[in-house]
Amino acid sequence: MEITVNHYLILSGILFSIGLMGVLRRKNLLMLFFATEVMLNAVNVAFAAIGNYYGDLSGQMFAFFVIAVAASEVAVGLGLLIVLYKKYGSLDLDVIATMKG
Amino acid sequence: MYEVIAFYVFAISTTVLFMITVMSKNVLYAMTSLAAGMVMISGFFFLLGADFLGVVQLIVYVGAVMALYAFAMMFFDATKDVKEKHEHPALVFLLGGLMALVFVIMFSAPIIGENIHALYPVGLAENLGKFGNAQDVGLVLFTKYLVPFEVAAVMLLVAMIAGIILAGKKMDYSLTECEASDEELELELLKEGAEK
Repeated sequence: MEITVNHYLILSGILFSIGLMGVLRRKNLLMLFFATEVMLNAVNVAFAAIGNYYGDLSGQMFAFFVIAVAASEVAVGLGLLIVLYKKYGSLDLDVIATMKG
Repeated sequence: MYEVIAFYVFAISTTVLFMITVMSKNVLYAMTSLAAGMVMISGFFFLLGADFLGVVQLIVYVGAVMALYAFAMMFFDATKDVKEKHEHPALVFLLGGLMALVFVIMFSAPIIGENIHALYPVGLAENLGKFGNAQDVGLVLFTKYLVPFEVAAVMLLVAMIAGIILAGKKMDYSLTECEASDEELELELLKEGAEK
């Protein structure tokens, strides 16, 4: 038995769906951020696996840029979370929501 | 053989840890399991021969991002459990399961379509592969991906400035609100209307 790219892709799909389920069911903004991090990591695994499969370094490059995007997303997002928390005193989406719909 | 064992150990531990992240009610548990799961994810990168990516994952994600989350949690109340109101849990699980199926098929599709090939296989060039992963990454990053690299640098700078402005000094008043609250502004508008 050997670990092929299929294994990695299926694992990446499973991890991505875990993150997606978190995004769907979370109501707390901080927990929502954690779920997006899970999704980004799942995609990184898929990039690295496919890059390894084709003998191409581009997969790793894309994973690097995904990590850079994730880092800046966290910096800006946490700043916004702090501003929101100061304004509303809560991070619950039901409390923060101002639009009806 | 060791690769198989390592893959399954990492796979099971990441899945379980990320499930805890998604399901836990305690912010602290969620964050700790997310950090542990990211360490395990870097194990996959080492298995796949992407040593540099694994180290970057450890340093950036586990070191920087999780430390940032830990600092941010000092502003929030992390000790008490998060209360979340769920209206249709069964619907969410149904939709999540369906989308999981779709995504697994999507991610496995490149194997079914065997005719997909890398357009410009940068890893197969002559000089690559002789030195090791970190040198190869450097060669490719500073030739083919130089412009995206610089753009990413500018993006990180912008994000840093945004983070400093949003969460930095002047913590005692909010940047998104003007000094008067909305109700006071409405009262002033009503007064002006009455005078006219």
